Amino acid sequence: MTRLDVENLWVKFPTRNGIFDAVRGVSFSLGEERLGIVGESGSGKSMTGRAILRLIRKPGQVTANHISLDGEDLLKLSERKMRSVRGQHISMIMQDPKFSLNPVMTVGEQMMESYTLQVKGPRFQAKDKVLEMLDAVAIRDPGRVFNAYPHELSGGMGQRVMIAMMLIPDPDILIADEPTSALDVSVQMQVLNILDKLVRDRGMGLIFISHDLNLVSSFCDRVLIMYAGRIVEACAADKLHEAKHPYTQGLLKSLPRLDSPQERLEVLDRDPAWAETDSVSGVT
Amino acid sequence: MSGIILEKLNVWFDTPETRVDAVKNVSLRVEQGESVGLVGESGSGKSTILRALTGLVPTWSGAMEVAGEKLGRQRSRHFYKKVQMVFQDPYASLHPRHSVDQVLSETLRLHGFNEIDRRISNLLTDVGLGPSFRFRYPHQLSGGQRQRVAIARALAPEPEILLLDEPTSALDVSVQAEILNLLVDLRQEHHLTYLMVSHDLAVVGHMCQQIAVMQLGEIVEIMPVAEMRELKPKHSYSRHLLESSLGYKRADD
Repeated sequence: MTRLDVENLWVKFPTRNGIFDAVRGVSFSLGEERLGIVGESGSGKSMTGRAILRLIRKPGQVTANHISLDGEDLLKLSERKMRSVRGQHISMIMQDPKFSLNPVMTVGEQMMESYTLQVKGPRFQAKDKVLEMLDAVAIRDPGRVFNAYPHELSGGMGQRVMIAMMLIPDPDILIADEPTSALDVSVQMQVLNILDKLVRDRGMGLIFISHDLNLVSSFCDRVLIMYAGRIVEACAADKLHEAKHPYTQGLLKSLPRLDSPQERLEVLDRDPAWAETDSVSGVT
Repeated sequence: MSGIILEKLNVWFDTPETRVDAVKNVSLRVEQGESVGLVGESGSGKSTILRALTGLVPTWSGAMEVAGEKLGRQRSRHFYKKVQMVFQDPYASLHPRHSVDQVLSETLRLHGFNEIDRRISNLLTDVGLGPSFRFRYPHQLSGGQRQRVAIARALAPEPEILLLDEPTSALDVSVQAEILNLLVDLRQEHHLTYLMVSHDLAVVGHMCQQIAVMQLGEIVEIMPVAEMRELKPKHSYSRHLLESSLGYKRADD
């Protein structure tokens, strides 16, 4: 079942040298699945995630034929209505907990604020709910973390706090922008386990933005590969290693591999034509 | 002759309330011309070892020897000519208001070189940038180009040993491949010894012959790269690291 449907999405930024198109005509759909978006920095993958939530700040412009969530076009909603979509229907986990948590509020306070605003539940329930969520993201000592300030937590704990916070309103769709790239491999696995469980148990749709091809191919169901603001290839995640587009192949080949040592790594040779060809549809 | 010898190295950080032992009883040998990788999670003490070597941490005990020179409390100027470091984040390690020319000529002048003009263009050619980059500022460079400038700066005093602290973790995979190739080439051309810190086992596997796995400040295992490629580490923690780096496994299969 399709939850989110995006058609012909453009994100534009006016600059001194004319208009810069960060995302150029991207279409895709999302059901109850793990959809990966991969690409290099500057390929427009984070901008796509932000545009869905209408988080592109002016003078940036977002245009699309539609961005529909369960049939309702998000672009037509008022800012007030949009605020109730953010968090309750679509949540986003940002890349770096250091910049996304309020440094002068304790973790508990900011999570309770999110609860009272989003769920509009009474305050006395908030604390229980927050502790429950912290426990759900495998934080060993929720009581201590509740009273801690963000700087007192490690990167991995901070990231899990963000995930817990985004999950309080029980969203239908979660956009995770490089949720694990700041984390150590073993913590990374824990965080992925949590996300994986949520998709399976709650039937959530997950957009997983990452630059790590191996991770995406092992974690997601379907992958979109972005280059210069366009989708150059869409494929099933476990078939990523058979990808046909030279850009995808180039990215895969430039990774050093443990199982097959090579003298020199292949360097990506960019073809200007890649940026010019039309976007591939990511609709299923 | 040995490149780097660490003998029972301990590094600690004191605060009034607590004492953190960042590196515990570490012994490691890097032969001249060899390339050794240090891997482990953040907080395992791998970067601290590099910082102790370069004299950035005053609180250590044990013995350190670099290129035949025993290290004491202070490093000589001679030491910095032999040992140079490349840092993790090229966005933070270059002065935003200094052009490439200023960065390199300052280093060269400090180390008492002459023919600075010629040396700068050689350095830039060595790292694959070319002389046209000489008068650019860091904000005019991409991440990969910045890291090349940082490498050129490290090569300026013609060192024997390069300490690499996650040199590619801030870069895209395609750029990472370019920088890793460059580092491999430079090692051959200049007969360099590398001690490289990384959390990416595939990168270390590509670059190094020996891999030292660290956990909580201790080296738990030193293995040759072949052993790691066959996924046959002896210590359970190394196995855990290796398995996690191979990608995500669904809980249900």
